Amino acid sequence: MEQNILSMENITKVYPNGFVANKGVNFSVHEGEIHALVGENGAGKSTLMKMLFGSEKPDEGRILLHGKEIQIDNPTVAIQYGIGMVHQHFMLVPSLSVADNLVIGMEPKKKGLYDVAKAEEITREAAQKYNLLVDPQAKVVDLSVGLKQKVEILKALVRGAKILILDEPTAVLTPQETKELFVELKHLKTQGYTVVFISHKLNEVKELCDRVTVLRAGRSIGMANVADVSQQDISRMMVGRDVRLDIEKDKPHPGDTVLKVSHINKVNALGKQVLKDVSFSLPHGVILGIAGVEGNGQSEISEIISGMDRSFDGEAEINGKSIRNMTVRQVRESGVAHISEDRMTYGIVGDGTIAENIISDRYYKKEFQKGPLLDQKKIDEMVDDLIEKFNIKCDGKDQPIRMLSGGNMQKVVAAREFTNHADLIIANQPTRGIDIGASMFLRNKLVELRDAGAAVLLISADLSEVMEVSDRLIVMSGGRISAYFEDASEVTEEDMGLYMLGLKQMTPEEIRRASS
Amino acid sequence: MDRIFAAIFTPEFLFSVIRVSTPLILGSMAALICNRGGMLHIAFEGVMLSAAFFGMLASAVTQNIILGLLGAVAGGLLISMLLGYFNLVLNSDRTLTGIALNTFASAGTVFALYLLVQDKGTSSSLPSLVVPNIDIPILKDIPVLGTVLSGHNALTYAAFLTVFITYIIIFRTPLGLRIRTVGENPNAAASVGINVMKIRFITLAISAVIASLGGAYMSMGYLSWFSRDMIAGRGFMAIAAQNLGAALPLPSFLASLAFGAVTALANVLQTLNMPSEIIQSLPYVATLIGLGFFGYAAQKSGRKRTKAILDKARAAEGEKS
Repeated sequence: MEQNILSMENITKVYPNGFVANKGVNFSVHEGEIHALVGENGAGKSTLMKMLFGSEKPDEGRILLHGKEIQIDNPTVAIQYGIGMVHQHFMLVPSLSVADNLVIGMEPKKKGLYDVAKAEEITREAAQKYNLLVDPQAKVVDLSVGLKQKVEILKALVRGAKILILDEPTAVLTPQETKELFVELKHLKTQGYTVVFISHKLNEVKELCDRVTVLRAGRSIGMANVADVSQQDISRMMVGRDVRLDIEKDKPHPGDTVLKVSHINKVNALGKQVLKDVSFSLPHGVILGIAGVEGNGQSEISEIISGMDRSFDGEAEINGKSIRNMTVRQVRESGVAHISEDRMTYGIVGDGTIAENIISDRYYKKEFQKGPLLDQKKIDEMVDDLIEKFNIKCDGKDQPIRMLSGGNMQKVVAAREFTNHADLIIANQPTRGIDIGASMFLRNKLVELRDAGAAVLLISADLSEVMEVSDRLIVMSGGRISAYFEDASEVTEEDMGLYMLGLKQMTPEEIRRASS
Repeated sequence: MDRIFAAIFTPEFLFSVIRVSTPLILGSMAALICNRGGMLHIAFEGVMLSAAFFGMLASAVTQNIILGLLGAVAGGLLISMLLGYFNLVLNSDRTLTGIALNTFASAGTVFALYLLVQDKGTSSSLPSLVVPNIDIPILKDIPVLGTVLSGHNALTYAAFLTVFITYIIIFRTPLGLRIRTVGENPNAAASVGINVMKIRFITLAISAVIASLGGAYMSMGYLSWFSRDMIAGRGFMAIAAQNLGAALPLPSFLASLAFGAVTALANVLQTLNMPSEIIQSLPYVATLIGLGFFGYAAQKSGRKRTKAILDKARAAEGEKS
């Protein structure tokens, strides 16, 4: 009989704002297994793991390690118990070296001073031992996402972690990097380490994990041996019903060109060239997807086309007019709508009401004015209508938007951006961090808008999303277009991965087709 | 004009540059440490003023210089720990708290002064002890160099030493690594079990000790008494100096000397019957110009660099095809 190394019993967590994140959750792992913790966004996976790592405290329930009850008051205690965590957002200091990051908090000393040489030695040894190869002297800011993740895993291991929690580790990786990570994790498993693997990608769970625990709406729904269940079984447990996960759409009917960017180059504030001779065009009635690992120039393209960034070389035109000297409002008025990847900063005003957030791009227009005042009645009518059409779950249009869930916030943003009759809709990571229901709603909306004639530029790090929703595909790597596919449906994930990593690069002739 | 040049190109002028730079050097090192730890605040003015007052008081009462300096440090710590308590524990806004503490220090010292000596201007009837000047053997006998560098107040040499010590603390000690980590990514620090609040309080404390020496210098060296608002913007100039120095010790030190030079120049011009209202504003104007020039230069070099990188990339592309 295998031993439970760690179990959490009857855990309940209520946040100060009244949100019940976990309710009577049971979760246990065997020594030396890779255990998947799956559930939709907002199902309570992260909260449960935060309590295991001491960043949050449970209101009810107990945690047992090797059968003995323990209190985990803060991360230091968790580390002492041998629990290590690799966060989804890396906990690294960009300006410091890999070795510095590895030893922070347990710095080797020589005569009272920080011993850099020793820190580098520790790093080198750990990298060898766990087969996670990193350069101790490299600055973290210069590392790829995959390498940063290795540093994070090493950081937990050198602190003596025997149980490793990985919070959606593959969300930011290419298929190739994911494969590499799986090999490394299996290697750790053979060395006796226990891994908790948080994910909502079920094929990965099937490939990597021994057992799986499913959370839904804060409760534990069940636990199973991965070998005994199908992906469909797990998915049903996660969502509570059968969800259609595929998009239905017909062939696109391209119209006139809406967006044309030619030879865009950009150097960012750190002196790094982030866009290299990027050219493409996009006609009415087409969804053009931009795939790539985050940080390969996609954000910059989105900022340039939406008019928020004007320090670039090259040309960007909307409906034949250059946007170089336009203000953001002028860009919008010439037919551009924009869902920003940073919802909390550029998408919404947190303290504003739902109504205020929806009219923020149109309040100045004649139709919403009554003399010097806003035409409140007209605004109310429009907002109520949109709340219904976009299926926004809220207490009414006057509720502050920050009270809503991520999915509903994004629906408010969509209610604004999808209803201003734009010719071009830039959707930058539109479904990041929101639940499957809202994601499917937004994806289908994008297809609807495209069928109605809009040009859609879909930027997404979610490979399956960008491949399924898009008609045409661009892959970005290192600031340049590494591939262009006229028909997104005939591309494989493996191929995409190679282009995303920059291991493959199409010829200039092939890429030029993107701007024809 | 000739008279001005005659006054500037003397060893005595350079001596006075170092003399007036002392509080700026100490202040800029204090600000630098706070900046590195993500705790840059605007209360250095209040910290230094409080230190100047308590330095005067402690030295006058105990007639002991060491106790006087300790009094100054206690006075500076008082203000900075108040800032820490309000900002870190009670989550108040750091800038607003800084403004409040600056005005509190300004009014509080005048109030205490009045209680002590029934004077709202200076403590001249309750003179502080003065930290002694130090003649450096051998160096003092070298012409020019000796006049410029020898015979300064002990706190001036302490200020030079502080530049070095600041470098060691921030870049060479485990504590410095933690301060920088907390300053750049507090979550990363917390995730490895570093007590972020503790490190922030330590940052404030170290910085307050250094700034306090700058304050002590004002009432126990530069002058031998306390007078109201005697820091006169030096706390703010120190913040500007570490900003121009990009939070690096040596460049911040040089920026402090530059501001000191302008202050010394203003002092010289005043003796030459120039309108004092204009002259006295020189150091502050220099601060503005310094900050503006710094921003402009950074922007321009950024543009130049952008162009160079793009040109290079194009040239490389051209070779390929």
